[in-house]
Amino acid sequence: MTIEFETPKPIENARFLLQTVADNMMRPVSRQFDEEEHTIPFSYIEFMHSAMRAMGGGSAGSLAPGEEKKPEDPNKPKRAPIAYQLLANQLEMLSWGDVGMYLVTPGGGLGAAAVQAAGSPEQKAKFLARFNEEKPTFAAMCMTEPHAGSDTSAIRTRAVLDEKTNEWVINGEKIFVTAGDKSFTERPEFGKGFLVVWASIDPSAGRAGMRSFVVEAGTPGVKITKLEHKMGIRVSDTASISFDNVRVPFENILGSPTVEKTTTGFKGAMATFDATRPLVAATGVGVARAALEEVKKMLAEQGVTIRYGLPRQKLTAVERDVVDMEIMLKSAWLMVLKAVWMADNKQPNALESSMSKVKAGDVVTKITQKAVELMGPLGYSREYLLEKWMRDAKITDIYEGTGQINRLVVARQVLGYSGSELR
Amino acid sequence: MYGFTPTDEQKMLIDTVVRYAKNDLRPAGHDADEAKVLPPKLISKGWELGVLQASVPEAYGGFGERSAVTGVLAAEELAFGDLAGALAVMTPSLFVTPILLAGSEEQKQTWIPPVIEADWMPFTAALIEPSFDFDPNALKTTAVREGDSYLLNGLKTYVPYAAEAEAMIVYAALDGVTKGFIVQKGDGLTVSERIKLMGLNALPLYQVRLENVRVPAANLLEGDFAPVLASMQVANAALAVGVARASFEYARDYAKEREAFGVKIAQKQAIAFMLAEMATEIEAIRLLTWQAAWKLDTGKEDAFIDAYLASTGAADMVMMVTDRGVQILGGHGYIRDHPVEKFMREGRGFASFTGLAIV
Repeated sequence: MTIEFETPKPIENARFLLQTVADNMMRPVSRQFDEEEHTIPFSYIEFMHSAMRAMGGGSAGSLAPGEEKKPEDPNKPKRAPIAYQLLANQLEMLSWGDVGMYLVTPGGGLGAAAVQAAGSPEQKAKFLARFNEEKPTFAAMCMTEPHAGSDTSAIRTRAVLDEKTNEWVINGEKIFVTAGDKSFTERPEFGKGFLVVWASIDPSAGRAGMRSFVVEAGTPGVKITKLEHKMGIRVSDTASISFDNVRVPFENILGSPTVEKTTTGFKGAMATFDATRPLVAATGVGVARAALEEVKKMLAEQGVTIRYGLPRQKLTAVERDVVDMEIMLKSAWLMVLKAVWMADNKQPNALESSMSKVKAGDVVTKITQKAVELMGPLGYSREYLLEKWMRDAKITDIYEGTGQINRLVVARQVLGYSGSELR
Repeated sequence: MYGFTPTDEQKMLIDTVVRYAKNDLRPAGHDADEAKVLPPKLISKGWELGVLQASVPEAYGGFGERSAVTGVLAAEELAFGDLAGALAVMTPSLFVTPILLAGSEEQKQTWIPPVIEADWMPFTAALIEPSFDFDPNALKTTAVREGDSYLLNGLKTYVPYAAEAEAMIVYAALDGVTKGFIVQKGDGLTVSERIKLMGLNALPLYQVRLENVRVPAANLLEGDFAPVLASMQVANAALAVGVARASFEYARDYAKEREAFGVKIAQKQAIAFMLAEMATEIEAIRLLTWQAAWKLDTGKEDAFIDAYLASTGAADMVMMVTDRGVQILGGHGYIRDHPVEKFMREGRGFASFTGLAIV
């Protein structure tokens, strides 16, 4: 054990590769897909899918790192696990390219992450294999409802077991489902995806009754009712989905079908967020880095270089801003790395995970907003990508737990308070 | 690889530092600040922990290798105890570490063992100058070569233990480039009365005037100043993290005790969110500091930039955190019975403290 910050070789290689993808497949079309909302970037999707398959089913874009491979020779020194660290780096780099397009990277996304976190070995085998098959395939998580955002325990969607057919019958309405359309609507270009739907199997049990269910693409009773028009990440579809007597097989429930008096089931589900929050934070850091690098490049073109090392009193106002942005960016990234490193090393990271999200949400909004301000009329112009990144960035402070919800999680952790002690 | 856990060796050293900070420094902090003096026994006990000794190779009287990472871990804990006490304990490294980093083999052999092998003695350094835009890379103090010696002229301030110091490193611009010079007691330095600051009351600090102070040419540290400055910056950042953590933990514990409107004030989101942000920003700067220290240890190209960023960021962070520490205690925070006002007075200083410590 030691304190060190050397980027592992496999991660360095992955970053190098994805930098090429970002430069060639994302940046040149960033503006186009921002303007043409809801147009699907098939060429990017197909390229990423075949590239990931060629690399042996790499998990970029899928928020679920694969199972760790057992070392073949037990005498060989065991390599430290880096799956989450690798993933955070990949997402950071893709989001540096274009965070909206990163969200349409084919793969399991949050849906697969839920299966990975709460599914049985059989469920994992059944539902996760599809992402490495011939066609690009998507999965999505349906959590938010019109009246239940951060307060996921207020979810009203119900799942009732029909004992005659041994099927779950799901009724309810979900909104803000990232990639919901691509995961459910069957298209010849894509493989068959699925939705992971959160529902209560026992409303009287509150959180203890909350479960998630895999709903395969094409299941009758599911309807995509709306695709949102958003401030940013416009290339990524955000769907409203209604569930009207939707029947799924009994074995599609993730977790125990019986309700106990404890909330361990719900807490287990919430633990998914411990794994995914730093990854979302990583995407924010990617956007922030893009904006800061662009600002420095545009300044350099005007002959302004940042004089690191000078006392603040001697820096220009622009230099001070850039130095402050640099501090924010670097420290936020380190918080992400620590959180995913803990996840890889099986250390509980609820605190670090939420902290990294709080920090990344803060810095990506501040950095991108400052970038637009600093570049004046150029920053605000759609001729450059800075204004787009500012619009894209804001979502990082909202989804996967708003900055405020994550502050609440951090506060409970540092105070040792339960949800009832600090509401 | 990435790693966020100290080595076993580091842990052992830090454990002793933690105990000393908690059991010795912290309880003494308030009275020392009021009395404006640190008990000598307190300092010598801290010195005997061997943090500096462990960073000096055996060849020069120590028993280890220098590691900025170990240094920042220790500095944070010491400052968590009490900043003035931490700076006092660390003062001899202001003399030793620059020689280790920028001195010749002969200088190391000559100057380091007598400091390292002895009890705590006030060997020190003079970097900071009394001007609002003080810049360690553009010093107003000058060094001019004259035959076999250098003539030093200028005014230094915030020099710990200058009045008693056997020797100190004085930084001066030699042809516009900052260099360190070993200056001894009898060399003609003029030391002022103790200076008085907003914080650090317990630490004896002085102005030092140099008027044609002549030092032998052999006393010039020829090595680059950049790694020395960076080591000061990461020390500054680590100390800031320690003070911030002290304030945060005190305010957190207070908020869990204090009741208002029938609940603990920590149960109010207004307070809880302040604490969450304090914890987050402390962790952010701690990691930035660790990385800068690690880059110094491994000779990374951008180590100096990162050390600068860590120190700059730390100055903002510690001001924010210690201000909130006072705020969370409300009126009580303003009373000197509680340490948070002291932490806040210290917090503001970190924008100007680079040069007061080195790891």
